[in-house]
Amino acid sequence: MKPESPSNLQRVLSDGKFAVTAECGPPRGADPEIIRRKGELLRGHVDAVNVTDNQTAIVRMSSIAACVHLSAMGLEPVMQMVTRDRNRIALQSDILGASSLGIRNILCLSGDHQTFGSQPDAMNVFDIDSVNLVHMVKVMKADGKDMSGFDLISPPRMFIGAAANPFADPFEYRVIRLAKKIDAGADFIQTQCVYNLERFREWMRLAREEGLTEKVHILAGITPLKSEGMAKYMAKKVAGMDVPESVIKRMGGVPKGKAAEEGIGICLETIAALREIKGVHGIHMMAIEWEETVGRIVEAAGLSPRPQAA
Amino acid sequence: MIVGKQKSIAEIREIVSPYKKLLVLGCGTCVKTCFAGGEDEVATLSSALRLLFKKDGRSIYIEELTVERQCEDEFIREAAVAISKNTAVLSLACGAGVQAIARRFANVPVLPGVNTTFIGVLEKQGLFTEECLGCGDCQLAVFGGVCPVSRCAKKLQNGPCGGSRIGKCEINPETDCAWQQIITRLTALGQLDNLRKYNPPKDWRTSHAGGPRKLVREDHVI
Repeated sequence: MKPESPSNLQRVLSDGKFAVTAECGPPRGADPEIIRRKGELLRGHVDAVNVTDNQTAIVRMSSIAACVHLSAMGLEPVMQMVTRDRNRIALQSDILGASSLGIRNILCLSGDHQTFGSQPDAMNVFDIDSVNLVHMVKVMKADGKDMSGFDLISPPRMFIGAAANPFADPFEYRVIRLAKKIDAGADFIQTQCVYNLERFREWMRLAREEGLTEKVHILAGITPLKSEGMAKYMAKKVAGMDVPESVIKRMGGVPKGKAAEEGIGICLETIAALREIKGVHGIHMMAIEWEETVGRIVEAAGLSPRPQAA
Repeated sequence: MIVGKQKSIAEIREIVSPYKKLLVLGCGTCVKTCFAGGEDEVATLSSALRLLFKKDGRSIYIEELTVERQCEDEFIREAAVAISKNTAVLSLACGAGVQAIARRFANVPVLPGVNTTFIGVLEKQGLFTEECLGCGDCQLAVFGGVCPVSRCAKKLQNGPCGGSRIGKCEINPETDCAWQQIITRLTALGQLDNLRKYNPPKDWRTSHAGGPRKLVREDHVI
């Protein structure tokens, strides 16, 4: 990729195409084959592969390294970066490093609190928050300055993403916070997994009313459910997740052997519904350790083939 | 106030075990209020230690004393005689008190009997909550009197995060989401627009990140 060319994801979205990205969690180990295998399962089905940064506060191969493995395979990565583990000095340094390695998309997050992870005895950082991180990348990119105001010799090139959770409380404030992320410099937004379509539609309506959908590309989060147990777990145990009772019932209403199919069915119906919502410019698939299902869902949803990379 | 919690008797026994003559020194201000190191706690702890050592077949001499504040020379002086008569001091003050005593009595081991936990308030009888990290740059005017630095688990300046549900923090359903409280307060005050404004990264130089802090009041220096 030429340094001045935009990311593939940016191109797909600016062309007004419905984008598809998928999440890819790096392994708890140093073997690059695991990330390559996941990448291979996603090849051709997505516009970019979103690589998590020590998600759920569990130590994994670094997002930057995993992104580079995917890049080497010809896949476009979205590098997640959380403010939990790095202060502003390390964040800026890693952004410059990532840009030097050809990484062109970043998703700015605060990160799961370390008490959820395998090393709850760790100190967190949280020097800056996710909105600050978005702003920092924007200033580095657009003004060519680091946070001290120093003129960077060569600014990083990043298509900037941020997260939004339409299902968290307080609901009315969620759109104000989305606006803040957009003002700070977000180019695209990934949402929490959508199971509660009604609430998501309402959130999108509020976002449209504020004129936000004109300013940012919203990618709706999709996670296929494998079982009734998973639906219940997500509803009760996963912070910020909204899985309505009707969805849990539906997953429990079919024989166990058919539950995964039902989950995929729910996904396809959700995707179809999302495509009808004005302002939704794509989906982000988070098929946790079930990457092989992404291609099937994308094809069945009529989102194949993906636009060819430039 | 400074809130502290007395260490377990097992840990205290361990750290005082090398000494034969011990002064258990209480502090009559903050740690008294939170039942960690006032004169009542000094008496109870001393009795418990005497019993434990007796059970172990060892003798220990324990003297009890509580001063108003272990962080001020005026009160520290009141303990000087008792300190000189003993081989070690078990201080039930906060970490500041322990160090103030240690600095003034160079040859006496001063041991902590309390874990200093936070700057907080007595929310209700028996419940203390953390309210301040002493960041050195108070922005409570912006946040409606609710501190996101001390009360948000991620110290978010532009919260709330995606884990706020039904007014509670994702890390603990018993913990109120500070950002929900900020929004509720600002709504009640008609100042919710405060939050539309981007809050830039915090300047941590005034906090502990800038190294141990000193406050010099020239007008009070003699």
